[in-house]
Amino acid sequence: MNNTFMGYRRDNGRVGIRNHVIILPLDDLSNAACEAVANNIKGTLALPHAYGRLQFGEDLELHFRTLIGTGCNPNVAAVVVIGIEPEWTKRIVDGIAKTGKPVAGFAIEKNGDLATICAASRKAKEFVQYATELQRTECHVNELWVSTKCGESDTTSGIAANPTVGNAFDKLWKAGATTLFGETTEITGGEHLVMARCATPEVRDKFKGFFDRYAKVVEDHKTNDLCDSQPTKGNIEGGLSTIEEKALGNIQKIGREAPVIGCLDKAESPTGPGLWFMDSSSAAAEMVTLAAAAGFVVHFFPTGQGNIIGNPILPVIKLSANPRTLRTMSEHIDVDVSGILRREMNLDQAGDLLLDTMFHTCQGRYTAAEALGHREFVMTRLYESA
Amino acid sequence: MTTHFVVHEPGDSVGVVVVEGVKKGDVLTGWVMDGDTTMECKTLDDIPIGHKIALKDLAVGDTVIKYATDIGKVVKPIKRGEHVHVHNIKTKRW
Repeated sequence: MNNTFMGYRRDNGRVGIRNHVIILPLDDLSNAACEAVANNIKGTLALPHAYGRLQFGEDLELHFRTLIGTGCNPNVAAVVVIGIEPEWTKRIVDGIAKTGKPVAGFAIEKNGDLATICAASRKAKEFVQYATELQRTECHVNELWVSTKCGESDTTSGIAANPTVGNAFDKLWKAGATTLFGETTEITGGEHLVMARCATPEVRDKFKGFFDRYAKVVEDHKTNDLCDSQPTKGNIEGGLSTIEEKALGNIQKIGREAPVIGCLDKAESPTGPGLWFMDSSSAAAEMVTLAAAAGFVVHFFPTGQGNIIGNPILPVIKLSANPRTLRTMSEHIDVDVSGILRREMNLDQAGDLLLDTMFHTCQGRYTAAEALGHREFVMTRLYESA
Repeated sequence: MTTHFVVHEPGDSVGVVVVEGVKKGDVLTGWVMDGDTTMECKTLDDIPIGHKIALKDLAVGDTVIKYATDIGKVVKPIKRGEHVHVHNIKTKRW
């Protein structure tokens, strides 16, 4: 395996593979101003979202953690934050400033949209000119944080695309990289297998705590056997019949060798190399957004029926083994591993192919989702606003 | 030789059809991944790509095994060669 690539080394030592200047709204009200700034200043990216008002408790903490984490992600060079009022805006700015990267906040109250947009645009222009002067430097694979989550899975995911990620994850683990999986409910039926992989009894207990809590959410709110949601309509069309079958395919992504070194809360960052679990939704955009907020810089996304998701700051590499999907949706797929089904390719070769695409992506090549403009930024909510 | 269906582990009750256009009455070649052996099975249904074929007769209440692991229970009797899906198996969870 290639061991180095050209990346962006940030002031806090983390390595990114993209160099975005983002315009980040604190709340739903500030989306319009952020989009106006991004329209004014070329090379910036607004990240509109639906939340940030009257949240409280753990849900509010997750809101802040997600936004601050997104700004801190090493794929981001600089950040303009816009909020309706200055205090929570400052909280986001202060959180991101700890990385040492340029960040500035603007509040709309007492200014209005137009003055805010003007001031924020001037700062965004300064940040873009700063960011476009930054140079890539040689970085080692052990500085990479790589996340995974699958979507619109089918039986070919469990046979080929997910084990390909597992093979690549095993190789990344040996090289000293930091890797992440999640999708708490989609482990239902294979939870004993994940627990057996946990490095210590403490990690196992924490995993079981997350798993049991999420299972209770399903039990408390379900009105049927989740036959329309988990598996999804797309999963069922693709041949998956039960959550257990889907889960056993899902966990092929964690490979066969690395122990689960720790369990993270949503949008929480790992503290060292190795394979980590994050308690997270199995909905694609939510999970990938949480992985980006935790600091992951490149993502493996195996699909069967053809999930088309991307993320604004975290490049999403798609792989599929389903020949029908590869024929009908080829523009969405970065890596074709259908050769495994025809016995023309083994898992080791497929894992190497995925890693080769990963290095190309790290060097700057756009993924299919980036080229097609998929920028799904979806924040996880825990309960109603006050 | 074309592989028409894939079986994860020897002893699994089902295999996965990995080619398009499988029709009732076709005699299919299967690849058992763990152990790298092959087997044959005659279909009793049309089976879409990605969908499962029964490799043994199964009775109501039987556990369906895939990846050498429990993936749910049989809710309608299934014959070897039949299409296995949400119409004849269900989750044991939720």
